[in-house]
Amino acid sequence: MSAEIVGGILLAILTLYAVLAGADFGGGLWDLFAGGEARGRPARALIEETITPVWEANHVWLIFALVVFWTAFPEAFAAVMTVAALPLWLAVLGIVLRGAGFAFRKEVQGLRFERPLGATFALASLLTPFFMGTVIGAVASGKVALDAEHTTLAAWTGATSLLIGGLFVAVCAYLAAIYLIEESIKRGDALHERYFRRRAAIAGAAAGALSLATLAELHDSDGALYRSLTGRALPLVLLATVCGVAVLVLLALGRSRGLRALSALGVAAVIWGWGVAQYPTLLPGTGLTLFNGSAPHASLVAIIVVFVVAVLLVGPGFLLLFRLQGSRLLESEEPPGAA
Amino acid sequence: MLASAREVVPARAQMASTLGFHIILACFGIAFPTIVLVAEYIGLKRSDEVAMKLARRWSQALGVLVAVGAVTGTVLSFEMGLLWPGLMRRYGAVIGFPFSIEGIFFFLEAIFTGIYLYGWRRLRGWAHFWSGIPVAVSGIFGAISVMAANSWMNQPGGFTLRDGKVVAVEPWAVFFNRAAIYEMPHMVLAAYMVAGFLVASVYAVGFLRGRRDRYHRLGFAIPFVIAAALTPFQIFVGDTAARAIAADQPVKFATMEYVSHTSREVPEYLGGVYVNGHVYLGLAIPDMDSILVGFSPHTQVTGWDTVAPADRPPAPTLIHLSFDAMVGLAFLLLGAGLWALLIWWRRRALPRQRWFWWLAAACGPAALVAMECGWIVTEVGRQPWVVYKLLTTAQAATTNRGVIASLTAVIVLYAVLGVATVLILRLLARRWRQGDEGETSVPYGPPSRPAEASS
Repeated sequence: MSAEIVGGILLAILTLYAVLAGADFGGGLWDLFAGGEARGRPARALIEETITPVWEANHVWLIFALVVFWTAFPEAFAAVMTVAALPLWLAVLGIVLRGAGFAFRKEVQGLRFERPLGATFALASLLTPFFMGTVIGAVASGKVALDAEHTTLAAWTGATSLLIGGLFVAVCAYLAAIYLIEESIKRGDALHERYFRRRAAIAGAAAGALSLATLAELHDSDGALYRSLTGRALPLVLLATVCGVAVLVLLALGRSRGLRALSALGVAAVIWGWGVAQYPTLLPGTGLTLFNGSAPHASLVAIIVVFVVAVLLVGPGFLLLFRLQGSRLLESEEPPGAA
Repeated sequence: MLASAREVVPARAQMASTLGFHIILACFGIAFPTIVLVAEYIGLKRSDEVAMKLARRWSQALGVLVAVGAVTGTVLSFEMGLLWPGLMRRYGAVIGFPFSIEGIFFFLEAIFTGIYLYGWRRLRGWAHFWSGIPVAVSGIFGAISVMAANSWMNQPGGFTLRDGKVVAVEPWAVFFNRAAIYEMPHMVLAAYMVAGFLVASVYAVGFLRGRRDRYHRLGFAIPFVIAAALTPFQIFVGDTAARAIAADQPVKFATMEYVSHTSREVPEYLGGVYVNGHVYLGLAIPDMDSILVGFSPHTQVTGWDTVAPADRPPAPTLIHLSFDAMVGLAFLLLGAGLWALLIWWRRRALPRQRWFWWLAAACGPAALVAMECGWIVTEVGRQPWVVYKLLTTAQAATTNRGVIASLTAVIVLYAVLGVATVLILRLLARRWRQGDEGETSVPYGPPSRPAEASS
């Protein structure tokens, strides 16, 4: 029972990381495609302003996920870290370059410095979601063997891995665009509301197409996972579909209420759909499950307690941070009276 | 695959360089918020605009350092698995608990850093000050949690092994292991000394260049007083730690002090190079090591001859000289603090002697070097073990080849990152100085940067 709870906690943390930090990575992608210096400046400024106070806090979910993973399921953790070492190093590279590029760009003035730092930030924002996606793909498609001693290219460059890598990038872009619609509305910026509406629709359609492609690919390559996704996990798959379609409809109608909640729910449904489909297997193809692959009971209980404490302590903190950010109280950049 | 065939040396080099780099930023993450808050407190309490300006500007520098620290810290989290899967497979369930506690504090730190750093304009006065308190507090407790994990590797306990597998864990016994009691305060104090002396150094250099207005004097005094006041406590903690290591990890201690054979009346070597069983160029103080360990010349000190050569740490010279450098620099820092204290006691002012300011400028780098030396002593001194007497570093290392590639990438990347961070901080300083020339000071105003930057 405790192993199942911790498995759920791990999925919950991954969901929070995907929904919150995913939007920050997606912001980098829209920064990348914002166009030339003069044309892209307003969109880039909006992206920077909305990411700045929150990205570090959102990023901590990843650290928390790593710690919970290795504490609760040490064998699976060690296997993933061995087999998928290369894409994980590349994801880490993306994290370092993204964070540093972003933090540095904010402090420099003048195009000579802003451009290379901005490009670093934006390109690095693509690396991390893509390579993390390939790692998830490697796990889901049973490419992570327990006794493997080396990382192999084949483990994470299969069609499933590449599709999921692409899907992660599209989802980040989608979440970011939806978030930026809301932020544009708050600022009374109709121009960027339309701008990000268009982009949200494109990214949403791309994410939907990639999801379908992944399902089709699994149908051919991984019958077991496909059957679970269309069997036990079907309600969640349907929920994700409904949310995605609803968001696209709202976008087309020009509505904005509920966009964020629906998009987040859709992404959460995908993650939990994967979890439910794979349950109780930890690493498909290895026989390692939540039960035979979990840490001693006391470690699991400790994780559950720490998670509950974290939610109680950190939850209000996050709400405060997002509230202050949402009501635009966290900007030190503008001259007084401009807001 | 044989453990010895693994690329353990590049893996250790990579862990050492990434940890050695991150720990500098971690020191700022742990201690700098307190220094900023002290300045803000003075500013609010006495309506002191100079102190407020320092707090605002320091918080901007803190923002850069925290961001770089967040990403370099993430690298370390991944490296736990990417470089040491053998450690995590065997002991992940044990060592994870302190890291999960650290996760909570890292969260609180990141959340309130976001509020504190970007709330200068809208959160007024004391509300803003209080939003920084959780940052300072969680910095300290986060450090304590990470040190719980590190000290556990030195004094592992709180779990039961059966057939080489961990079958039961007592989380709090893991957290408060035997080495935690001295490692935790040692690192927290080190963080305050490194951050305090380094920030003070910046203003000491300014002083030497003739910038002696109240802004620079206060910018020096706040961090210097905090760091110097903690130095005697650090020396006490360090001395206690050394004695505990003599008892708990005698071979590490023997290497720190060049004790090759278990004996009494052991001399204390100051400096010296260990080659082929001889200590060259060292100053030997008779009986002193025995006295330091047990307060009597007759105290028996365990030598490294008690374990097989393969179980001894490599590079005794590196370990010994690092230990001596750490201790020596600590006394230099103590001296600088006492000098300032003496002058303050006599004249209620900062020292005027140019020599003092040269020394003060050197204190920051000295504290930094002392801390890095301390890490060399504890980490290299624990070899060949990653978990003392239970798991060797070679057994823990990744079986993947090509660690040399990630090592090279990390060295290049971190060199660029380090240079860029310093350049950005210098850029901020230059902008502040330019701003001072035409700035009208606005209490709680935006950090002094031109408005067009936000457009």
